Parts: sequence; structure tokens; C-alpha cells
Amino acid sequence: MPIEVNGKVLETDEEGYLADITQWEPGVAEVMSKEDDLTLTAEHWELINFLREYYEEYQIAPAVRVLTKAVGKTMGKDKGNSKYLYSLFPYGPGKQACRYAGLPKPTGCV
Amino acid sequence: MSMLHLVNKSPYERNSLDTCVGYVKEGDTLLLIEDGVYAAMSSGKASAKLSGLDVAVLGPDLAARGISEERLIDGVAVVDYAGFVDLAAAKDKVQSWL
Amino acid sequence: MSETKKFMYVNRKAPYGTIYAWEALEVVLIGAAFEQDVSLAFVDDGVYQLIEDQDTSGLEMKNFSPTYSALGDYDVKKIYVEKESLEERGLSIDDLQHLTWEDEDEDYAEKDSIQVVTRAEMADLFAESEVMFNF
Repeated sequence: MPIEVNGKVLETDEEGYLADITQWEPGVAEVMSKEDDLTLTAEHWELINFLREYYEEYQIAPAVRVLTKAVGKTMGKDKGNSKYLYSLFPYGPGKQACRYAGLPKPTGCV
Repeated sequence: MSMLHLVNKSPYERNSLDTCVGYVKEGDTLLLIEDGVYAAMSSGKASAKLSGLDVAVLGPDLAARGISEERLIDGVAVVDYAGFVDLAAAKDKVQSWL
Repeated sequence: MSETKKFMYVNRKAPYGTIYAWEALEVVLIGAAFEQDVSLAFVDDGVYQLIEDQDTSGLEMKNFSPTYSALGDYDVKKIYVEKESLEERGLSIDDLQHLTWEDEDEDYAEKDSIQVVTRAEMADLFAESEVMFNF
């Protein structure tokens, strides 16, 4: 189902992931989070930006286990654990945060 | 009659290059594209098959595979897509050794 | 948690010309997410997958070579490249990406993932593995 962001209509796949990652802008995350009744805080953005940087470097969306480990290494152990990540993204830090970040569904997520 | 021969398979995996070179005549050009470009790396065994031939390779396919032009055998022309079209237009026929 | 098995993924195709290399990489990452004992073998044209400085911007294709660097994060630490296949193609380990993994037990020390092995050694590795996937 396509989403509308700042007057532009963007295609998504059947699970709501952006069809074309290059079309991403912060408004995408705003629109998607509003649909989920979630208000994005600085902590959410920190993770969204982290995922975008991870994708830029490795060309994949990381699996949750890998994401947790990588977050722990760069942002500290208090954030690199599933309790913290799920508290931010209750639908799953991999799936939900990747969707907001414009990434494909994480590789290794079934 | 002149021919442009196209080879798009790796010489280490298929025999298309072997067969093709047997058919190349004076005045023909052999253009290596896709996985065919590996044949033009001077350090590889398959490069010997190209000796004495007029050989060109497609630049974007080289770059995608991480092969710099310095790694190629001497005398190979690196062409872009426009150069590909020019070669095809300059020859009477194109034969693609799939 | 089920018992871990020794998985061996055999890569024999060059990248980009066919979809095998990228498909294999995705399967490896999915398999690694289930915490199995994973090894990767690169033989024949598969060794071309690891050449560094790949740039697909002229092809309008995804450049997936950076993804090999993520293998360490997925705990894939055993990457075997066949010596004979490299030599036949005029390549050496210096032409390949430098892939590493971080040892958490040693303060995240970076360790090399790639090992160049002979065909005979590769045959032994295949014999020792329990599940093989061929691409």
C-alpha cells in the first residue's frame, strides 16, 4: 500500500516496507509511526539513523541479534539489549525500526 | 564481411570463449561483456586464448567486478555502452556466443 | 535450542553475471541468524566474489560486495578460499577484501576470517561438514 509523505506518494511492499530505499526522508518515519500510534523520540531517531548507517555500509538490514550486538558496541551496553530496543519498537526493533528507516525487511527475519 | 563477436561467460566456467576464438576472422572484433571480461585479466590462464585478436571489454562490467584496467592484457580496448553500440554499428554482423 | 550442525556453503559462481552469489549470501545470513556452525568455501569462479573495490554504478545493479564485511557480525568466521582456483585466475589473497571478525572474549580483537587452503584441504573440509549447500 502506498504512503503519502509531504505530498509525495511512495510505493511500499505488502508488509509496508518502502519499495525504493532512495526515496526515504525523515517524513517516512513520521508517517509510519503515526499509523502505529507511536511518537518518535530522540532515542527512536538514534536507532533509525544507526540502521541507515548500517545499511549504507553493509547493504543489508541486520538481523535483531546482529543489531543488538552492534548497538551495544557503538552506543553502550545499556542500549545494546533487547529490552531497551523492544521498549522503543514494540513490534520488533528489526522489523519496525527498519521499516521506519526505509530499509528492506531484515535479512534473517522470518 | 566483418563480425563483432560477443562473449558473456567466464572462460573458466564455460567453453563459449574457446568456441568463439575458433571462428574469429581477420577484421573481426571480440567484445567481452559480463562474466566474459575475466578472460582479459593478464594474470589469468585464459588470457592466452586472446593473443593476436582484436579484443575490447565493456568498462562498466570490469568496474563492477573490481578489475582495474592495469590488470588487463596489453592492447585491449575498454569501451563504454556507447562504444559497444559504435562497435556493433561498425561491423556487418554481431554474433553472440551465449 | 536444537543441536548445532556444521554447515558448509560452497560458492562457485562469479558475482553479477548470475544471481547465485547474492542468493548464496542471503541464505548464509539467514542460516547464521539461527546460530549454526557456518563455513563458507569459495572455489572456481566463486573466488571472484571476494575481489575488492567492486563498483556496480555503471550496471544499475546492487553492489553486494560490502555485505561480505557483515559476515563477521553474523558470527561467520570461517571463510575458505581455494588456492588452485586463485592461481588459475592469476589472483592472490591481496586482490581480495580483508574480512575480519571481532573476538568478544579478547576485547573485540579483530581476527582474519579468510584462509587460503589447497584443494586437498578443501576436500577434507567438505568431508567434515554435515550439511552442504551448493551455489
